[in-house]
Amino acid sequence: MAATATSDTRPVDFETHPGRYRHWKLSFDGPVATLSMDVQEDAGLSSDYKLKLNSYDLGVDIELADALQRIRFEHPEVHAVVVTSLKERIFCAGANIFMLRSSSHGWKVNFCKFTNETRLAIEDASEHSGLKFLAALNGICAGGGYELALACDEIVLVDDGNSAVSLPETPLLGVLPGTGGLTRVVDKRMVRRDLADVFGTVAEGVKGKRAVEWRLVDAVVPRSQFDEAVATRAAALAAMSDRPATGPGIALGPLEPSVSDAAIAYSTVTLGIDREKRVATLTIRGPEEAVPATPEAIQQAGDRFWPLRAFRELDDALLRLRVNEPEIGTVLVRTEGDAARVLEADRVLAAHQDHWLVREIVHHIKRTLKRMDLTARSFFALVEPGSCFAGTLFELALAADRAYMLDDPDRPNQIALSPMNAGPYPMSNGLTRLAIRFLAEPLRVEAVLAHDGSFDAQEAAEAGLVSFAPDELDWDDEVRLAIESRATFSPDALTGMEANLRFAGPETMETKIFGRLTAWQNWIFQRPNAVGEKGALTSYGSPNRPEFDWKRT
Amino acid sequence: MLSAERIPNNVDLSGNKRLQRALEHWQPKYLQWWRDMGPQGFQDYHQVYVRTAISVDPKGWAHFEYVKLPEYRWGIFLADPVQDRRIGFGDFHGQPVWQEVPGEFRNQLRRLVVTQGDTEPASVEQQRWLGQRCPSLYDLRNLFQVNVEEGRHLWAMVYLLHSHFGRDGRDEAEELLERQSGNRDKPRILEAFNEPIENWLDFFMFTMFTDRDGKSQLMSLSESSLDPLARTTRFMLTEEAHHMFVGETGVARILERTCELMKASGFAEDVRKLGGIDLPTIQKHINLWVSLSLDLHGGEVSTNAASYFANGLKGRAQEDRYEDHTVSDTYYRLETVEDGRVLAKEVPMRTAMNEVLRDWYVKDCQGGITRWNRILERHGISDRLRLPDRKFNRGIGQFRGLHFDPYGQPLSPEEWQRRKHEWLPSPADKAYLLSIQNEPVYEPGKFANYIAPPRRGINGLPINFEYVRTEM
Repeated sequence: MAATATSDTRPVDFETHPGRYRHWKLSFDGPVATLSMDVQEDAGLSSDYKLKLNSYDLGVDIELADALQRIRFEHPEVHAVVVTSLKERIFCAGANIFMLRSSSHGWKVNFCKFTNETRLAIEDASEHSGLKFLAALNGICAGGGYELALACDEIVLVDDGNSAVSLPETPLLGVLPGTGGLTRVVDKRMVRRDLADVFGTVAEGVKGKRAVEWRLVDAVVPRSQFDEAVATRAAALAAMSDRPATGPGIALGPLEPSVSDAAIAYSTVTLGIDREKRVATLTIRGPEEAVPATPEAIQQAGDRFWPLRAFRELDDALLRLRVNEPEIGTVLVRTEGDAARVLEADRVLAAHQDHWLVREIVHHIKRTLKRMDLTARSFFALVEPGSCFAGTLFELALAADRAYMLDDPDRPNQIALSPMNAGPYPMSNGLTRLAIRFLAEPLRVEAVLAHDGSFDAQEAAEAGLVSFAPDELDWDDEVRLAIESRATFSPDALTGMEANLRFAGPETMETKIFGRLTAWQNWIFQRPNAVGEKGALTSYGSPNRPEFDWKRT
Repeated sequence: MLSAERIPNNVDLSGNKRLQRALEHWQPKYLQWWRDMGPQGFQDYHQVYVRTAISVDPKGWAHFEYVKLPEYRWGIFLADPVQDRRIGFGDFHGQPVWQEVPGEFRNQLRRLVVTQGDTEPASVEQQRWLGQRCPSLYDLRNLFQVNVEEGRHLWAMVYLLHSHFGRDGRDEAEELLERQSGNRDKPRILEAFNEPIENWLDFFMFTMFTDRDGKSQLMSLSESSLDPLARTTRFMLTEEAHHMFVGETGVARILERTCELMKASGFAEDVRKLGGIDLPTIQKHINLWVSLSLDLHGGEVSTNAASYFANGLKGRAQEDRYEDHTVSDTYYRLETVEDGRVLAKEVPMRTAMNEVLRDWYVKDCQGGITRWNRILERHGISDRLRLPDRKFNRGIGQFRGLHFDPYGQPLSPEEWQRRKHEWLPSPADKAYLLSIQNEPVYEPGKFANYIAPPRRGINGLPINFEYVRTEM
């Protein structure tokens, strides 16, 4: 069922807790938290490979992602995070090659996608939450290890005549540093492209003064002064933060979904699975009671506050869908509940965006919606009576590839927009989904946002907010045919088509990572020069040199 | 508003809200189309003795009455269901047939239904001026019978579009009324349906040969896995048979008269001097209409045809006569042209499905030619009519742009230009045919000079019955 790395077919669980971490230590010292990598060789997701030299697999990254979330929500008093390693003279050797080699294509793609999303979450916290990151490279830092460092605001490398940063993927493995490495070197750190070209082809990497000159790191520090320099820089970064001076934060409790073969059911989200049709139904329920109206009351509610709860559950459902349900091609997105309560929650979110917790919640919703944008499944939103596609939840319909809205005069059915559709949830290209939807008609964005009250089906179709508004006689057939025909197309072509259609508008570093770096990487991952019998990824660690097909395109 | 009385049907129209609403919208447009584009000059003041299908049992589909054409009761009928019908061919062979359109094949099926449906109103449009030149009231009535039934066939296809293809289907149903035969901006889909039918020899040839293409298409669709399509087309075939009867007997009666005139003149005179239609002119019209109708079967090698067959959407005529219903690894020996030479080549059978249907069609046509030749034989005339070679005058498929004579011999472009009117109607032939059809014959029992009366009248009535009458 699940496209796991190896013969081990247990579904992946994306939930964890610092008490259960096996690969990271999270410690706190006032405004500075330290996230130390200490990968347990024998604790990979599969026993087919050993996670030597702080190399990582998906399990290691799930812990990293969890730690980031907890620092953001549970520790508002933390203003800077030091990312370092507990291994002597080793920061991180990158993604585990033997794991990559033994993985299916789908697994590799999803592994890279998740690690990319996690790196971007670091940058998101830096840009929007006042949480700065310092990579303290206490030893060799290769491939994915350097890509993790690149996601941080500053990089300090130990200057011991040996420790270097490197992106050895091309010379050693015949693949790319696919977790944003190439993109960040030139786009974020603005390394000159010719120097970056050299850097990307030298397996041993660059160390010492040259690493600073080439802008690959911000500073190199002798081993004897390393800890002190790191502490000083961390304190300086922490001082830039606008996070509260003290806690408390809120605890992120376990989601505890009930998982069966036919459904993953959370408190507000259900992912129903029809394996025969290869269709899932993702239902998000709106608030069942009035939502708290003040930051204090929200803090009191903690992880039970509906917007946070719903989007944590949705996030988890999307991750499980991607990794554990590779054959589910189409996802029907539904909502249930009282649209007025969703809009009330939106009013609260919009009114208190300068409160640290509300800010975290809004950005979490934003990241979850991005996760949906980047999920390689067809999404059809079904807007039916009893649904609550309003404001924040209408973003789900905007994120979907199509939206069908039932037009039945006897059964009222409405959608609504809120200020939360006007900016707080940009896509990875920096534009709102509404702006991208009406790229040719910017004035229409203003018009629909200024619309008084909700839209019925005909108004929504006329305004271009839904794709089709079949009436009660046509509804069943239209929806059935749309789903059935979707299920017959090549999944590869659909993935490519959707990824091309979803992201109209400008490029950002983020869109380049997913649209350029990842797309090329996924091509290389399929090519014999990497994964063929004598390909470089296959041959790595064996006595044989790789053999290439020398034709370039 | 839409009653079973006004719209005879066996599809539970009164209980089908979706169909009712779609038809309520479409029917007024249809009636307007019929007035604008249907038989010209016979809409308001004439009553026609026509057959109306009011049910699918043998008695019900042959109900005769006088009606004004716009008041004809166009109905919707499916042939009776076959119990436990299974898919008869292709990759899903043996599985139960579909009562609903599978999403996967919706577009392909819609295309098939629209292409078939488009020909029905097209032929009514092509024939709309013929009433002004009719050779008798009997023939005029037959023309209108064909016209109203083509109209009903349009209803049959529209029923499928309305019932099974949602919003897109309703849009397509409207476009069937918006395209017009010969309209430069919105022509009918198939080219053969954009030429006007100006004279009655063309009309009889059309009903003989082009409606026979309709028959072979309907036979292949009646094998479809989509059961409502199969049942609709099965019932349409009963009506299509009458159209070919009109064509075959129409040409036969012209031949009969031509033979009489030839004999009367001692075989010496040109038949044209006696106001008849000479055998070479008849042969030219056979050449023309057979070649146009061969084109309607599509290209010899067609991936569309292969896909229709594989998916079980459109099969072969009389599929149950074949032993192999999947034909996934058999080949068809196809006549092809390479470097100007005609040679045989093996192509995968599935891609040759158009050609398989064309084989069936040619054989069916040959039967009609043989029956016509018996008339010549009976009159002691040694000339014989024949089908042109299938490479002759082709506008679609691999022989397009190449030139062959009716015996299949290749010709240079120059020779073709010089001699084509030896084999195809020339402007002079057309002018002659119009000249002898200028005056319509509206007197009961009278027939134009170039055509013999039929053996018997309609529905047991005498030949001189007033089949079309002016309202008192």
